[in-house]
Order: sequence, then C-alpha cells, then structure tokens
Amino acid sequence: MSILTYNGGAIVAMKGDNCVAIASDLRFGVQAQTLALDFEKVFPMGPHLYLGLPGLATDTLTVRDRLKFRLNLYELRESRKIHPKTFSALVSNMLYERRFGPYFVEPVIAGLDPVTFEPYVCNMDLIGCINEPEDFVVAGSCTEQLYGMCEALWEPNLKPDDLFETCSQAIVNAFDRDAVSGWGAIVHIIEKDKITSRKIKTRMD
Amino acid sequence: MAMTEGANRYLPDYSSHPVQHHFSPYSDNGGSIVSIAGDDFVVIGSDTRLSSGFSIHTREQSKLFQVSNSTVLGSTGCWCDTLTLTRLVEARMKMYEHSHNKVMSTPAIAQMLSTMMYYKRFFPYYVSNVLAGLDTEGKGCVFSYDPIGHFSRSDYRAGGSAGALLQPLLDNQIGLKNQEGVTAAPIPLKRAVAILKDVFISAAERDIYTGDGIEIKIITKDGVRTESFGLRKD
Amino acid sequence: MASVLLAENQEPGFSFENCRRNAFLAKKGNALPKATKTGTTIVGIIFKDGVILGADTRATEDTIVSDKNCSKIHYLAKNMYCCGAGTAADTEVTTQMICSQLELHRLSTNRDIVPVVTACKFLKQMLFRYQGHIGAALVLGGVDNTGPHLYSIHPHGSSDKLPYTTMGSGSLAAMAVFEAGWKPELTEEEGKLLVRNAIAAGIFNDLGSGSNIDICVIRRGSVDYIRPYETANLKGEKQMSYSFKKGTTAVLDVKTVPIIIEDVVVHHTGEAAVESMDTSS
Repeated sequence: MSILTYNGGAIVAMKGDNCVAIASDLRFGVQAQTLALDFEKVFPMGPHLYLGLPGLATDTLTVRDRLKFRLNLYELRESRKIHPKTFSALVSNMLYERRFGPYFVEPVIAGLDPVTFEPYVCNMDLIGCINEPEDFVVAGSCTEQLYGMCEALWEPNLKPDDLFETCSQAIVNAFDRDAVSGWGAIVHIIEKDKITSRKIKTRMD
Repeated sequence: MAMTEGANRYLPDYSSHPVQHHFSPYSDNGGSIVSIAGDDFVVIGSDTRLSSGFSIHTREQSKLFQVSNSTVLGSTGCWCDTLTLTRLVEARMKMYEHSHNKVMSTPAIAQMLSTMMYYKRFFPYYVSNVLAGLDTEGKGCVFSYDPIGHFSRSDYRAGGSAGALLQPLLDNQIGLKNQEGVTAAPIPLKRAVAILKDVFISAAERDIYTGDGIEIKIITKDGVRTESFGLRKD
Repeated sequence: MASVLLAENQEPGFSFENCRRNAFLAKKGNALPKATKTGTTIVGIIFKDGVILGADTRATEDTIVSDKNCSKIHYLAKNMYCCGAGTAADTEVTTQMICSQLELHRLSTNRDIVPVVTACKFLKQMLFRYQGHIGAALVLGGVDNTGPHLYSIHPHGSSDKLPYTTMGSGSLAAMAVFEAGWKPELTEEEGKLLVRNAIAAGIFNDLGSGSNIDICVIRRGSVDYIRPYETANLKGEKQMSYSFKKGTTAVLDVKTVPIIIEDVVVHHTGEAAVESMDTSS
C-alpha cells in the first residue's frame, strides 16, 4: 500500500463557463479504519483561490500551513492578490525543494484570475510537476475512477449549476468504487461574485 | 585475507551481491471488457489492442469468444492463459453437447467456468473474465470473475486493465447510482451500445493499454451480431 | 525588510528534512509513491541551416496518462532549446535552472549568444553532481557562431555530440526512422518531415508516448517553435451528452459567500513615485 493511500481521499477540479468547481471527499481514515467524516482537503487560499491537498493527512496539514505562510508573505510584500498561476509556481517550488524527501501530497489548485477572472485549474505530482489542462484535474486515492468519470461527463462551457451537477456526480460515483475515500463530499463553485459551497449526500459505507 | 571472506568478498567497484534470477510465468497483455445486460439482449465489448510493457503486439485482437449461440466470453489479462482457458471451455462445451444432446445454458457455463478457474487455485489463470449471454428465460445476464473462480451475476460489468475507469460510469449511467428523481427503466439496446462506446472512448484517453478499436457483440434471441468501432491509436 | 519576518538566510538548494521520516515510513512497508514520468519520444536532428527538435506531448503516471498535452521542448536561450525525458519535474526544473545560469553567463561574459557547448557542460556537470538521482535525459540543440550543434545528455551526466539523436521510451522507434531516412545536408522541409515521422513512430508504437507532435526549428538568428505541429490523435466523438438535470445530486447544506467589492482606490503614480523593488531579502 502506498503512503498516498494511507489516509485516503479524492479531489477533482473542473473548469466551467467563467467559473471553476473543486470538490473533495470528507473521509479521514487510517488504512481501512475510518476515523472522521469532516476532514476537508480543500482550503481557501484567497477569495477566488482554492487549494486541494490529498495524500498523507499529516502532510496535508503541514503543507497547507506552510503554503499559507508563504502566501501571506507574498501578498504583504506585493500588496496584491496572488494569481493562481503564480501560486501554483510557489507550490511547485516548495515541493521540488524536497525532491529527495518529498511531502506525500498531490496538490490541486483551482481559482479565478484576480484581474481577468479567467478560470484556472492545475494539479501536480508530489515533487511539483505542474499540469495545466483545459478541462479538469483529479488527485487522490481513486484517480483512475475519477479520470473515467470526468472524461465522459465533462463538456466545455458548463454553467455554474450544471458544473456543480457534473462535478458532484463525477466525484461521488468515483469514490463509491474506492474503499478509502468517500463518506460525504463538499463541492465549491467559484464564481466572480460569489462562492457556493455545498455538502452533498453520499453513501456512508 | 579479509577481502576474500564473508559477505564482503566482492570488490566494491563490481557487482556487490549475487543476483537471483526468477522466471515469471505470467505476463500482462492489457485490454478491457465491458458488458451490459438488458431485458432481452446483452451487449459485450472489448478493445482490440494486445500489448505488453510499452509495446503493442497487435491492434486487432478480439478478446471475445463466442462459446454458444447465446453466450460470449470476454477474457483479458495474460493472453496465453486466455487462449488456454477459452480452448478448454470450448472443449468442455462440446463434451457436454455430445453427452447430454443439448447446448449448455449461460448460467451453467458460468458455473463451469468458475469450477475450471478454481481447479487452478494455486497456479491460477491470470485472467479477468466477463461472461455475457441470455439466460434460460431469455433475459440478458452478465457474470464477472476473479482470477481464482469467484463469480457473481450482475446487470453490467467492466473488467480488465481499465476496469476501474469504466465501472463508476456504468454505476452512474446504468445503475443510476447517486441520482435523485430518476426512475429505473429497462435500458434500450441503442443506449446500451452508445454508453459502451463512450466508456471505451474515455478509457482510451487515459489508460495506455486500452485503444485502437473495440469489438462489440450484441446477443439477442436471434443470435449474435458483431459491430466494431475505432479508438485512438497512440 | 522581509528578513525581520523570515529567517536571515533561507537555506538554498534541496531540503532533506523529510528524508529520515520517509525512510522510516518506507521501512514500515509503505511503498513510496512514484513521480510523473514523461514516458517520452524526444528527438533532434541537424539539417542544412540548423537544428530541429521534436517531442510528443504525453505524460504518464505508471499506466495512466496524467497530461495529454504537456510541453517537453524547453527554452534555454534564444538560440537553444532542450527536450526532456524522464522524471517530469526533474526535466522541467533542470532546464529552468540552466536557462537562468546561461543568461547570467551571457551577461557576465558580454556575449550576444552563448555557445551550445556551454549549455551542454552546465547540464552535464549538474546531472553528474547528483549521480543520476535527478532523472533527466535530455536532447539539447542550438545554433551558435560555430554552427548547429546537437547533444544528448544522460541522467548520470554523460553526453554525446551527434548529427541525429533520440531519447525516451520511444527512442528505438524514432531512431529506426532516423537510421533509414537521415542524411547530411537535409533541407528544412525534409528535416521537419523526418522529425515528424520519427515522433509519429514513437507515438503510435510506444505506449509511453502519445497525443500530439511538437517541433522546434532553430536556425541562425531565428526560431520556429510549432506547438502543436500536428494533432496526431483526436479524442473520440462521444455518442451522447451526459449532462444532468438540476437537482440530480442531493444537497445537504449550502453556504454561499458573496464577494463584494466595497471600495476601489486607484493610485496614479508619477515617475518620481515609482517604488524601487524590494531586494532586502
């Protein structure tokens, strides 16, 4: 068993029409044993910027805090909001610094550009290789299932409400076929003027 | 001399430990199968790529074996095991037909296949099987197996190298899982074939062992019809 | 200024703070995860007026495609580009670092363009220093005052200077095309076609390579970076749409946070008011 699946977790982010969605499951477990049902793996890093950190739970929290620190420092120094692309470079650099002793997280970044409000999603491997596709990114312990779902369900220019349905269906059906993720999910839809966070009903087994 | 004694007698610049070589009897030749059952039909499809490691052996290898007029067996994994197993199944079908003067029903074949797989419990056939056919009442049925003969009947199933990519979409679109306000209705043949093609398109995007094309066999009371469909070739 | 908040000197280079912990976890029987590999076909040839580099665009994590359109031809300098195969993060960062080193070198030596052999030396010295642990296999191509040059550099730091070369998991398929078709003094059109055929051979015959073909033509004084040169594989046409009716997913709880901009202040600064960059840390 890989360390990345020790605690379990699934994350998906999708681009829509002037909006992005990012969703995570809520399980926290130790291998097969479930310990908590309220462990969010997606964290707000700004008004239009969310960061998902699936992987080893201890590293999820450490990396979150370290990144928040670096982010605060950046925004203090620059007196402006960070662009998602810049933020992903920051994450990538921090991970690659630990090339030979990595944190066991595979980050997902979703957000809107603070100036142009252009949607942005990206993911990385655990040593910070950035992948910035046009459509969606997935990470966690059931990436295969998520890829299968997203490749079929995603279509371009989804409106916020449709994006929510597509994103939710993708993650819920994917983690139902994975033993170490699930137990509830939260979906954030990021738009120019608001963020909508929905907890959704899922199987609890 | 110390250099020639004990575990450290090898010079450090050269190979420092003896290497034990293994023979592995199995290889993984990839490939995926999807089968969907309806009220009076069943469809089964497989991709047509046969590969090992990072290379493709052939782009047009069907992985579906018609064992009777109403039953098709899909088998992927270690290709030599697939060939041996399907050949034995064919032989057993003939023996049954000659001694009982009738063709085996799909559930009977399913049970026989399980027995044949479990017979090799400690040197298993390294294959992922999906058996599709019409049962004795003419209803579509799908049986799926693990490599040592456990099997279960279901209405839809994905197996093989891209099984994990394919299955959740079937759960969602055919099992109607996690959807509010939908009523279960028998799936029409046209929709079953369309979904089958779509899940393979998705799998070919992301699984390197799935691609080139799919072969689809549609089993109804009138017999077995074959269709084919192209996938990406990289 | 920032040094009040941060440690005086942030340690440069790699951090090994997690190594002992990770080794302990590995000893406990948890397999260490694999990084994204490019699983690649990258090639380069010398033609009459310069160098042509080519690459596919697939990145894989084991048997799953993690990026369908990644860029494997990296910028080093205005007269040099470098294709990367191997561990994706390593090729990316190695080329980025050498890129900035080359620019600094160019400025400190007062040259217009840096020789390609310098870039090759920088790359191989860095890779040799890390003894192969940085898994980058590179094809370096460029044109300088002495003409076109093409190098292949292996992860341990050895290099070859060749008229045509291939690397990555699809290197054998691509090399087969070169061995059959390469000759000295190819024209640009012949060269591009040969590179295209070599990458296509990798894409279709090697499972680690796929998607599109990128090509970069470097001549004396000009570069054509064509991405994509050819979309070799299109996604299959879906039979139907899988959009859901609103309300398909059962929602337990909704929280909406509006983002309200209460005040916008725009400061117009004259030339005198332009702040200098903070270089204190």
